Formats: sequence, C-alpha cells, structure tokens
Amino acid sequence: MRVGQGVAMGNNHEVHPSGWRRWLYSTNHKDIGTMYIVLSLIAAILGGSMSGIIRLELMFPELQFIQDLQFYNVMVTGHAFLMVFFVVMPAMFGGFGNWFVPLMIGAPDMAFPRMNNISFWLLAAALILLLLSAFVQGGAGTGWTVYPPLSNADYHPGPAVDFGILSLHVAGASSILGAINFIVTILNMRAPGMTIHRMPLFVWSILVTAFLLLLAIPVLAGGLTMLLTDRNFGTTFFEVAGGGDPILWQHLFWFFGHPEVYIIIIPGFGIISQVISTFSKKPVFGYLGMAYAMVFIGVVGFVVWAHHMYTVGLDADSRAYFVGATLIIAVPTGVKIFSWLATMWGGSIEFPAPMMFACGFIFLFVVGGVTGVALANSGMDLAWHDTYFVVAHFHYVMAIAAVLAIFSGYYYWIGKMSGRQYPEKLAKIHFWLFFAGVNILFFPQHFLGMAGMPRRIPDYPDSYAGWNLVSSVGAFVAGIATLLFFFIIWKTFSSGGKVQSNQWGPGATTLEWTVDSPAPFHTHEELPVTNSHMPAE
Amino acid sequence: MFKNSINSLFLIALSGFCSSIISERAFAGGRSEPWQMWFQDAASPVMEKIIEFHNLIFVVEISIVVFVLCLMGYIILRFNAKANPEPSKTTHHTLLEVVWTAVPLLVLVVVALPSMKLLYYADKVVESEMTIKVTGNQWYWTYAYPDHGEIQFDSYMIEDKDLKEGQPRSLSVDNPVVLPSRTNIRLLFTSADVIHNWAVPSLGLKLDTVPGRINESWVHINKEGDYYGMCSELCGVRHGFMPVHIKAVPKKEFSAWVEKAKAQFSNISSGSETKVANLEKPFDKAATGILKDRKRK
Ligand SMILES: [Cu+2]
Repeated sequence: MRVGQGVAMGNNHEVHPSGWRRWLYSTNHKDIGTMYIVLSLIAAILGGSMSGIIRLELMFPELQFIQDLQFYNVMVTGHAFLMVFFVVMPAMFGGFGNWFVPLMIGAPDMAFPRMNNISFWLLAAALILLLLSAFVQGGAGTGWTVYPPLSNADYHPGPAVDFGILSLHVAGASSILGAINFIVTILNMRAPGMTIHRMPLFVWSILVTAFLLLLAIPVLAGGLTMLLTDRNFGTTFFEVAGGGDPILWQHLFWFFGHPEVYIIIIPGFGIISQVISTFSKKPVFGYLGMAYAMVFIGVVGFVVWAHHMYTVGLDADSRAYFVGATLIIAVPTGVKIFSWLATMWGGSIEFPAPMMFACGFIFLFVVGGVTGVALANSGMDLAWHDTYFVVAHFHYVMAIAAVLAIFSGYYYWIGKMSGRQYPEKLAKIHFWLFFAGVNILFFPQHFLGMAGMPRRIPDYPDSYAGWNLVSSVGAFVAGIATLLFFFIIWKTFSSGGKVQSNQWGPGATTLEWTVDSPAPFHTHEELPVTNSHMPAE
Repeated sequence: MFKNSINSLFLIALSGFCSSIISERAFAGGRSEPWQMWFQDAASPVMEKIIEFHNLIFVVEISIVVFVLCLMGYIILRFNAKANPEPSKTTHHTLLEVVWTAVPLLVLVVVALPSMKLLYYADKVVESEMTIKVTGNQWYWTYAYPDHGEIQFDSYMIEDKDLKEGQPRSLSVDNPVVLPSRTNIRLLFTSADVIHNWAVPSLGLKLDTVPGRINESWVHINKEGDYYGMCSELCGVRHGFMPVHIKAVPKKEFSAWVEKAKAQFSNISSGSETKVANLEKPFDKAATGILKDRKRK
C-alpha cells in the first residue's frame, strides 16, 4: 500500500498547477504549509499591532490615547485570539507541520491532501470572521475566555460575539481536520524502517499536538454552541435565571483551554529538539524520555483545567486535587529541559541564529516554568490570580517561548523551504534585539503582579507607572526587532545565496536534509529506507 | 551591547529587589508604592501566611533558574565548537535520567505540603463575629451589613477631577466599606450582573462574585488603616474603575460609625448620597437563582 501511494503520486507528477490555481486548489503539503506561514505572518502583524496599542495606552497612567474603553477590551480580546489561533498554531502546526512531517517520515505528501486544502481555507475564513467581529457594533470585549454573563446577549448585544463564536467554530473545524490528517499520516505513511520509536521528535510533537486538538476542540465547540444558543435562541445553559450556571462555561472552556496551551508549546518542544541536536552535532539525549514526556504532558494536561479557576469558589478539596495534578506537570517538563542540556553536553556546538533562539527558548521556558510551579498553588492565587504576574508567567512560558521556537524553526528551515540563505548577521541582531525586548517587556510585569496590578485594565493607580513605562519601552524594542525580521525575510528572498541540500552539516540527520533545497514540488517519490534514528547520515 | 543593557537592567532590578526585602520599613499600608517589586505589606493572617509560603517557593524558583542558567552557561563555554571540536555520541545515562525525574518530584512534595496547609487555612472561616455582604455590579460594589440593621450602600470610584487632597487616584471611592480591626469577619460575595472579583492584595483576599452563587471567605484585619484593591475579573468597559476601599477602624469607632450609617443609609427613600436606583437590586436578583452555600468544614 505504501509503495502504491508513491506510484500514484508519481503519475501525477507532470500535473503542476500554476498561478492562482496552484494556491487556491493546492493539495501539496509544501504549498499549503507555505500558505499557513504567510497567514500566520499576516495575523502576527495584526495581533502585534494590537499589543502595541495596549502597551501604548499602558505606558503612562490615566487614559491618553483610548477614550472608548470597549475598544481597549476589544484589543485585549483580539490580541489573544489572533496570537493563539492565527499566529502560533498556523505557524507551527499548520506551517512547519505540513512542510516537514511528510519530509521527515519519508512520505510523499499528507494522507488526505484535499482535506489539507479545506483545513487551510477554513482557517482563512475564520480569520475574516474574527476581524468582522472586531468591526461590528463595538466588537467583542469579553477577553479570549468569553466568560458569560459578560458574553451573554444582555451584556454584549449585537453580532460581535456571535461572529467571534463562529470564527472559533470554523477555526476549530480546521484544526480538527488538520489533526486527523496528521494522525493518519504519521501512523500510516512512514517510510519503511521509520518505526514509531525512530521518528524525529518534531514528528512526535506534532502527533501529540494532533491528539490534543482532536480531544480538546470538540469540548470547546460544545461550549461555544451552548453559548450561541444562549445568546440567540433563549436557552439558559449559562444563565442563572433559567437554572443554568456561568461556572459551567468556565469548566468547558478551560477543559479545552488548558490543553490549548500545550497545543501551542509542544510543537515548539519538537522544533527545539531538532535544532539543539543538529547544532550540538549529537543525537537527542534520552530520546524515549523526551517523546514520552510530551505524551505525559499531553495526558495530564487534560486533568488540570480548574487551576485557572481557583477563585471562582471551588470546594477546597477540589482545589487541593488540582494543585497536586498541576504540580506533577513540572516533572516531565524538567525531563525535557535537562535532556536538552544533556544533548548539548559533550557536543561540538555551533551558534547560528536558530541555535541562539533555541538557547533563548530554554531561558524563557525555565523562567516561565518556575513561576508556573508557583502559580499552581491555590493559596498563591489569592495574591496573583488575574494580576500581571499571570500575564508575565504565560507570556514567558507559552507565548514568547513559542515565538522564539517559531523564529528558531524559521531560520533552521528557511533554506530548505526557499533554497536561499538568510542573512546570518542580521538574524543574530534580530535575536538579541527581540530577546532583550521581550525580557524588558515582560520581566517587570512580575513586579507589577506582585504589587497587585490587575490585568485587562486600561488605566491603573499611579504607583504602577514606573514598571509599566519600562514594560512599554520593551514592547517597542520587540516591535523594532519584529520589523527587522520582516526585513530579513525580504532580504532572504531578494538577495540570499543558494544553499545546498544539507546546509547544516553532520548534525542534521533527519530526512528533510536528503532532498534538494528548495525542496522539490514532489519529494520521496521513491520511499527512503531507514534503519536508525539518523536516516540522513 | 544588548547583552550589556540586559545585564545592567538585571543589576538594577536585583539591587532594588534586595533593598526592598532587606530594609525594615514601617508598615506602608494598604496599597502599592512606586517601583514596588514585592508583595504589599501583609495586614491579615492569611496574607502573612501567603508571604511565608512564597518565601519558600521563591527560594525553589531562584535555585532552579540559577542552576539551569549556570549549567547552560558552562555548556556554552565548554562545549562550543571551538573548545570541543569532537562531539561525543552519548545518548543515554539511566542513573542521570532517574535522578532528574526523582529530584524534582521530591522538590514538589516539599512545595505541596505547605501549599495544602495554606489552601485549607485560607478557606476555613474561623468563628466569625460579624458578616458583611459584597455584591458586584457593573461597575461599583454594594456593601451590606446584615448584623447591623439595614445598612446597605453603594461604593463608586471617585472620578479623577473630583479627588480631594490625599486620595489616591483610581483607588478612592465615595463610600468606603468600614470594618472593625482585630475582628473575625465573614465575607459573603455575589453579583447582580456579570462576574466580578473582589480583591484586596494586602489582606490576601480575592474571590469571584458570581451571579446566582454566594461565595464565602473571611478576614481578620491586623491594623487600623486604609486598604485598597481593584476588581480582578474582566467585567465590561469600566472594569478598571471599580476599586475596593476598606477603612479599618477600632471596634469602638466602628460602633459609632454603625449608628451614623444606620441613619445615613438604611432609609432607602430619603435621598442620601447613595445611588438610590441601585439599592434594592443586588440580593433580590441573586435570590432568583440558585443560592449555593459552600460546604462547611
Ligand atoms: Cu468588576
């Protein structure tokens, strides 16, 4: 069957659509991956601008730029939705996943190429719905958590929240289709000899993420549907007056929402593992431990959701359970960090831009990780819940760490994707500028949270002015770094030199480095035979 | 260059942090100060215990970060391509892998035990001497004193232009909630519209006000003074403008205030300072839903 697949693709070889048909009708995993990355870049400009607006308003106490406070809440909400669903997920799962899972496991394409196409275009449609939501009748100022009653028709009349719900529904359908495609591809289309325990860790990370999506998104979809009917058809699932309960929404939302943070960061684990192994010129240390740590994180990630809800009035015994379960996640996370360091130990380490971003990732992830262990304690949430300490924590551990992983993956693979060399010096400047920027941006937010500043507010008591100013300065440094990144992309495509099929030398042992750069339209038409962890060696 | 700027920033931060915990300051009272990097001073037993617990986990956090950073720094210096041209091929070390799984587990046990103690301590309402009810509204708080007649009033933020000398901006309210110090007070929370969260950092108080539910907590305020907090759950456009102001006074003064307040607030029809239209709403509306009393330990 595997061989047959290869032959079938071979027959199509001469059919090579061009122009708009190549993209709109695309069934090619590389083209679809590219479209995901482009969509993610567009959404990053939008979501990044929103955070710029937020930081601009928070730069000084009192209201300076925003008089319409609903607009501020819409910015907070839009920033989160865009960054989570339309920047990080498309870049890592849809973008790098589509590009490199088939290349790494020696498959000619994804299992369901047409489904791959629809799952991309659903996401594009979802993005348009989300933008519509921001522009109709004041927008959705509910936060990305969309807690009722605030998100009910009483407090958010008009179609903005409905557009937001539909956007998430469509984005969710896109993710479920993508997840099924990856699971089937990875389980059924590995080249001969590529056993489960020989798959590169990036493939493992996509497999775990796909299962998380498959199990978490339907719960969100159920909750969203109930919210939609509450808003429009008179049901009262979350409405006290009709016997419903607003806390039920929080359980449903966070049952999805907590796995969602692992959906965001686990592909990053995969990218960082490939990059560190490549530039240390060593195989990954403790491969099985690394793979099953991700599986363990994924499984336990489903039973810790109420640590987002310590202050809703949960019973103390329930909270005690969620404290314990949440703390446990620190163990596999520690295994990953120590294994990355052990992979570097004894290596002969080179530091081009992707490796610098990988080291930066470890720093951010450790800082965000330890504050996560602290926040896991229900008692500490009496001080920190809904303060800037939480904002600092999750931006470190998940948001900025994920973005560093994306940059790392981008510089690592852009040669394979475009056939061109990125400008190394500029990329290093990009790293230092961005790394400094995000740390100046988010580290002071720990202090603001310690001192009690709540999140999602447009104005604050004057005593918080100092660190807010520092934080905003950091945001503008990070903003400049991001502009530099777009300049680097332009420079790569306009004047980057050609690269060889394996630009990284002996450390790059996965199958994508055996095909030409840029990777041809069809690859692995003859299935590569693998007999070790390092098939390309 | 950027490295240097990070370093110097880090040094400034570190020195500021050290001076803030080492110097013996007088009780600053109830709200944050400029450039504050640490908790507000504790004014209740719960907040004292939170800070005590945090001192433990803070040591754990700093040790882990410093250990990982030093290890990474050493690896970068010792095993870069110049210093170590020949990479090793080691990919396993069973003992090492067992150790870095087991040691974090032990550390977690060390964290979890006091964490549970704190959780149950903060949860259990001690024998209370009085009760107040807090109701969240878009965008103000309603306070009621069921043990003291019919006192019930609304508490709105004072707009910037109306501030008087000495009133902190965006924290001051027209009617602060007056409470006796050194008294065990039971707090009941509910909401008349969306979910809010009533939080006072220096007292270690933070609980959602949920429509249709009554949440319960307690407080014992150690010292007289003014304590400030803000709504801590996104509740709509003026979420950032519904502060909490507690005025803790000695018991005697509190009794005097009660008498005054009864005259000022209990007669709904007389035009007092409070917003009359909102007075009846909160608990009537809450009562229409399920009133969930939390399980008592
Ligand atoms: Cu509120």
